[in-house]
Amino acid sequence: MMRVKTPPVVWRSRNHRYKLVGSKCKACGEVRFPPVHFCSCGGEVEEVELPRAGRLVSYSIVYAADEESRERSPVIMGLIDLGVTRVVAEIVDASPEEVHSGMQVEAVFRRIGEDGETGVIAYGIKFRPAVG
Amino acid sequence: MPKPEALTGIHGWGAYVPRARISMVDIARQWGWSDHQWKALGMIEKAVAAYDEDATTMGLEAAQNAVRRAGIKGEEVGAVFFGSESKPYAVKPSATIIAEALGITPVTMASDLEFACRAASEGMRASIGLIASGMLKYTLVVGSDTAQASPGDVLEFTASSGAAAFVLGRAEGAAAVFEGSYTYVTDTPDFWRREGAPYPSHGEGFTGEPAYFKHIMEAVKGLLSELGLRPSDFSHAIFHQPNGKFPVRVGEMLGFRQEQLKVGLVTPQIGNTYNASALIGFARVLDYAKPGERVLLAPFGSGAGSDAYSIVITDAIEGKKGLAPTVDHYIRAKRAISYSQYVKMRRMLVK
Repeated sequence: MMRVKTPPVVWRSRNHRYKLVGSKCKACGEVRFPPVHFCSCGGEVEEVELPRAGRLVSYSIVYAADEESRERSPVIMGLIDLGVTRVVAEIVDASPEEVHSGMQVEAVFRRIGEDGETGVIAYGIKFRPAVG
Repeated sequence: MPKPEALTGIHGWGAYVPRARISMVDIARQWGWSDHQWKALGMIEKAVAAYDEDATTMGLEAAQNAVRRAGIKGEEVGAVFFGSESKPYAVKPSATIIAEALGITPVTMASDLEFACRAASEGMRASIGLIASGMLKYTLVVGSDTAQASPGDVLEFTASSGAAAFVLGRAEGAAAVFEGSYTYVTDTPDFWRREGAPYPSHGEGFTGEPAYFKHIMEAVKGLLSELGLRPSDFSHAIFHQPNGKFPVRVGEMLGFRQEQLKVGLVTPQIGNTYNASALIGFARVLDYAKPGERVLLAPFGSGAGSDAYSIVITDAIEGKKGLAPTVDHYIRAKRAISYSQYVKMRRMLVK
């Protein structure tokens, strides 16, 4: 997993993590999150804000989480279809029994990592079940 | 010359309440309290922030809702005031994180304010001056707390998590316009948290008469006298809500009727959200208010002080109500948790 909790990484990634900003290829139109600097087709990319509502395609439940994640375990990682692209993110505010493929989810701003008790806090996007 | 308040209004409002709820029965069972003890607090259940939530994440969701209702661009906001007593960083502003996420940076004022539960309200009063003077077009005021309570303390029944936010700007086009404001503060040691202490301490019964009741009553009486208004001139009144009982009692003492307090009283369902306590109640009143209605708002913070505001609803409110989730949406979207889940979520497990 990418290190999310050093000051340079927190600072450099704040735009896409805080606002759910991805990249869109100006040549082929492919949308990616996290954003990339160049598209796999070789085209240039531009930043685009992604839709905040989507559908849970699939998920995995991590019961034996690492030490850092243990207090919020079981951790649910989801593959979310936002229409323009798919993103991998944690699913929150739901127990394993409440999660199912096809459920509608919405983006929320949460802590995504913290450097121990005294280090920097990394914030970013997770998803929760949508409530109508 | 008109009062500065009359030049200033509320363009957007928003709230956030976490989904997890713990019932008073579960907390009482944990500590062996009998029913009559916790029932005296006038509470049913309280909202609990998830492990990965803090005052900043909750404040941002409330602010997103407020900006959506205001219908403005981030760069139009000239100041972000973040009121909290549960800042994720002791040193490093939450206001800049919220400003960054909303596209308000970099040309803006931004600061975190501290005055127990009324810090955000201080931001509201300061905003009135900044806007009425013509210095700023819009400001964003956020009140947010993951209220701490020492396990087993009576505070544990009420201290909860939630946020409220407001976009303030010129009176023209606002959903509600200020009519007057009044602040009353003294040095009163009713409730505090020392540097480095994880939980606040309080003066038990001392938090009532000389603190909560004295300051709110003086602020409200001062405002009414300045504006020549009586309690019967208001459709709604919202007071700081440390529990379900105090706001009802202070309302009665000031001469307000139960019906005037009903819409803005949210603590019995969600708990005391500290900086957001009276402000979520106010947000709910705005969700329901009709043009022409007059609203009294009186937040309170320990240490101690209270602000009283008179606010008149305009025709513009109807077009804004549906632009973001209501307070009731968040109150209804809930999941029951046990006391042990609560301990885990609020990082109180000793390892």
